Amino acid sequence: MNIRSLISYAFLVLLLGLVQIFFLKNLALFGLAFGFLYLLGILILPTSIQAIPLMIIAFFMGLSIDVFYETIGMHAAASTLLAFLRPFWLKVTSPSGGYDEVAEPNLSELGIGRFISYSFLLIFIFSMAFFIVDQWGTGGFFGVINKSILSSIFTTLLVILVQLLFFKRKRGI
Amino acid sequence: MLRILQFLYRIRAFILFVLLEVLAIGLIVSNNSPQGAAFFNSSNRLVGNILKKQADIVQFFSLADANEALTEENAQIMRQLIAIQSKPDSMPIALDSVLSTTYEFRGARVIANSLRFSQNYLTLNKGSKHGVKPGMGVFNSEGVVGRVKSVSENYSVAFSLLNTGLMISSKIKSSEVLSSVQWDGSNSSEAKLLYVPRHVTTQAGDSVITSGFNAVFPEGILIGVISKVEPDKKDPNYLDLTVKLSTDFSKLTYVYLVENTKFNELDSLYSKSEMTNEY
Repeated sequence: MNIRSLISYAFLVLLLGLVQIFFLKNLALFGLAFGFLYLLGILILPTSIQAIPLMIIAFFMGLSIDVFYETIGMHAAASTLLAFLRPFWLKVTSPSGGYDEVAEPNLSELGIGRFISYSFLLIFIFSMAFFIVDQWGTGGFFGVINKSILSSIFTTLLVILVQLLFFKRKRGI
Repeated sequence: MLRILQFLYRIRAFILFVLLEVLAIGLIVSNNSPQGAAFFNSSNRLVGNILKKQADIVQFFSLADANEALTEENAQIMRQLIAIQSKPDSMPIALDSVLSTTYEFRGARVIANSLRFSQNYLTLNKGSKHGVKPGMGVFNSEGVVGRVKSVSENYSVAFSLLNTGLMISSKIKSSEVLSSVQWDGSNSSEAKLLYVPRHVTTQAGDSVITSGFNAVFPEGILIGVISKVEPDKKDPNYLDLTVKLSTDFSKLTYVYLVENTKFNELDSLYSKSEMTNEY
């Protein structure tokens, strides 16, 4: 990661955070589907990043979102879990043989099919963790599943949409 | 020894993961305990400022509604004032402590609010500088809103009534039956009325008001109207009552804060007589 991509990454994270706080925080489709767009900042970090810095970045990103959501620790816990699972899942979803090593797991490098299979499960696990903690002790397992599935679909759509609209394209999708 | 260290080094990512999760869970627990000191929340100055800017913009569009509500309330207060100021036909004597005021009121504006989680909080634009203290009740002209949780210099954070951890002492207006209102986490316009025994006859449409027993709210602030009466399936001794909340939590703008000035006295009396007050 050179200094230029670092700056543009920091800018992107700031922008995603602002959109999350000002816009998506007050939005829940049908009262069930939440958008966690800021996860894009964790998903598209380069594959070469070590597990430790990845988790620390995710933790503090989650914590700073938490401060605004008044849900201290919940986003942080869930996004750390996402960051912890990311390297394994990236390995599983990459085709065997390893000829197709990607530098950054974003939409234009992975292609739409692989990107969905890469991001959807991670976002689903994030939402599951988040809503389980949120509903802790109040029961309602069905509600957790409901919210997680709808939220992860909505978030995946958002993540793809943002990349289609604002990212540089490489492979003509 | 070396091999242990090597092993630990190999699983360092996992160890960090566990550490971060423990830290996060610790934060969650300390944030959810009512007395816990919460440092990272929206009563922080920077966060409060950002949220206030956002509220400034968003609430501009609801100014007309807010104005209307205020005018209506003004009119009502004016009527009460006239009733009090009318010429007395007898001499008022300040003999009884019942006549002295126990409650003090303050106004505040909601700058952040959530209603989709199971633990929802409000952020208000008044803090310790303006005399807000933890434990004060929050309500507006429609009904009960919540209770102040923590306070910073300029901002405060309150439990919304839509928080599964908050219980409000209440009674059914027609029969004076004591009960508690608690949100069950599902619908943001309904809550549950707990501890109403089976023998009580009540029906949909009865209003539920604050009891005035928990020293947070004065008696008689509306909470909601009973919308469903069913026998409790889990515990046959109680009724399963659903209350339609009178406050529209999606449109909160201005709220009042109420403080019981005799709270400390009451509290020390309770602790002297070894009673636990579940306010």
